[in-house]
Amino acid sequence: MATNNDTRILIVDDETIVRESLGSWFREEGYSVDVAASAREALEKLSQEAWDIFLLDIRMPGMNGLELQRKIKEAHPDSTIIIMTAYASVETAVEAMKQGAYDYIVKPFDPDDLEHLVRNAIERKQLVSENIQLRSKIDEMNLFHEVVGKSDAMRRVLEQVAMVSASDTTALIRGESGTGKELIARAIHANSPRRYLPIVVVNCGSLSEGVLESELFGHEKGAFTGAHYRRKGKFEMADGGTLFLDEIGDINLKTQVDLLRVLEEKKITRVGGNVEIPVNFRLIAATNKDLEAMTAEGKFREDLYYRVNVFSIAIPPLRERREDIGPLVEHFVKRFTQSMNKPIRRLAPETMELMRGFDWPGNVRELQNAIERAVLVCKTKEIQPDDLPLQVSDSRGKATNGKSLSDVERQHVKKVLEETGWNVYQAARLLEIDRVTLYNKIKKYGFKRIDK
Amino acid sequence: MCVTFHALRFTAVIPMTEINIVPVGSVDRNILEYLSAALSETIGARCVVSSITVDPSDAFNATRHQYNSTQILSKLLEAGRRNGGKLLGVADVDLFIPVLTFVFGEAQLDNQAALTSVHRLRQRFYGLPEDERLFFERCEKESLHELGHAFGLLHCREWECVMHSSNSIEQVDLKKSVFCDSCAAMLASNGSSR
Repeated sequence: MATNNDTRILIVDDETIVRESLGSWFREEGYSVDVAASAREALEKLSQEAWDIFLLDIRMPGMNGLELQRKIKEAHPDSTIIIMTAYASVETAVEAMKQGAYDYIVKPFDPDDLEHLVRNAIERKQLVSENIQLRSKIDEMNLFHEVVGKSDAMRRVLEQVAMVSASDTTALIRGESGTGKELIARAIHANSPRRYLPIVVVNCGSLSEGVLESELFGHEKGAFTGAHYRRKGKFEMADGGTLFLDEIGDINLKTQVDLLRVLEEKKITRVGGNVEIPVNFRLIAATNKDLEAMTAEGKFREDLYYRVNVFSIAIPPLRERREDIGPLVEHFVKRFTQSMNKPIRRLAPETMELMRGFDWPGNVRELQNAIERAVLVCKTKEIQPDDLPLQVSDSRGKATNGKSLSDVERQHVKKVLEETGWNVYQAARLLEIDRVTLYNKIKKYGFKRIDK
Repeated sequence: MCVTFHALRFTAVIPMTEINIVPVGSVDRNILEYLSAALSETIGARCVVSSITVDPSDAFNATRHQYNSTQILSKLLEAGRRNGGKLLGVADVDLFIPVLTFVFGEAQLDNQAALTSVHRLRQRFYGLPEDERLFFERCEKESLHELGHAFGLLHCREWECVMHSSNSIEQVDLKKSVFCDSCAAMLASNGSSR
């Protein structure tokens, strides 16, 4: 199979022999090659056609290679330029590289080196154009497409997201469990200039003190028993991007001090290490706790509170924005019918009524889980009230005041916990809620495990 | 994609082409005769060791202690102009083109002349014990490669094809002394049209 390379190379050198020999060498490789004897001729050719790779001689009468490189870069900043010189000097190499040359090669070239250099330059060019394409795809994506809600309250939240996204300001997202704090954090990240770099999520509530510290700061090999390898922490992993600390109210006082220091100094030291590593991330924190009360009680450091609470976004619970229930139901029904490949068209009117009247203590997450279950068990083209989870379907005919529902929930959660022998993972699965929500409910209702 | 390799056995495909193997300076006669036989078999054209020789001494560069291959190629063309067919110059000196530290050979793309040097094909050049079988194999590969260029073939992406570029001796050893299907077909087509 003969090569059919689309790469176009322009060789600029005042020596005929170099132009000819290099030109024929590249032609044998299958590249499209043209040559120019001077910078002026090269610029003329450049005005007529586009080139992928330029090989420029550094010493030419009239305009030299470095000046030509500047002109090419002005017109085509993404050009790949390789500087050729017979005079190996560090200064010219440094100068060429400073001005954005891809590489520098000393005449005469080793054929193997030349081959590798050009091949790497082509690969780089392909990666750059692929990167540009991917970035434009990210830009084209509707950055709020996952956030569903038409209520005034949600519109205000989205306005705040748009406001805070463009800056590097620390944002604090507040709201009950299941209201979509992480989704809002992701929307802020996706609209920020840091969107091409990662967003790293840490759920502080789910990790114990020691684990959280090594999770955030990383650790050196041998820092503690079981630290067999050096590991980067989340601060380092979020470098250039966004760090989302969920449940920041659950961080213990010692880690609060460490976190405050990182936020102030923008440097970290890995557990068991002694080298300071600079980090650059934007912090978004979230909590469902009353941080002000915690600060007053001394459970949350005041200085950290002021550091974190720069721009606060409060997501109202679902029961306070019932007009969003309809669009949310539609959104999740569409998502789950597609993923489970079910021919469900809509919700029966009484089902929708039931959902609108329910208080959704677990907020959007609970609603999402309820619909997932309903789509799974539904056998007709319309979701019936009986397809919904018990706590929702049982609210039929009952007064929809918070107390009676709460009572039902309290009894049900307690029953499931007892049935599973207080296996929180299993209980959460049966309840179709996540573990964090279950922990919150256990705290809310003051349940205590009674060991036999 | 499955690519098969084979030596061309269809002598009838390029019957009009004769390949003249021209010694450049002093070259071991055994190499020339081996190439004559091996190339005839692979390319399917008549290969003869020419009675003319080319003196490379004018192309010697005292600074580099190497011979300018482009200059030798010109001399080869001049000497063999009256002959029809292709000219394959075989040298036993180190060749260079000004922009590269060395070349194994050089050819005029889709033209009459090709030049190859056996100088860097010996194990001795790399400080290793001599291996005659390997040396002859390398001579055959590089000769086929340069002749391929003279027949209009470019470098091939198939790493086992003899037209794959070889900028180091390891790359010469990796490829086979045959053309891949695609290059063989192109060679047959280019050869018969001339």
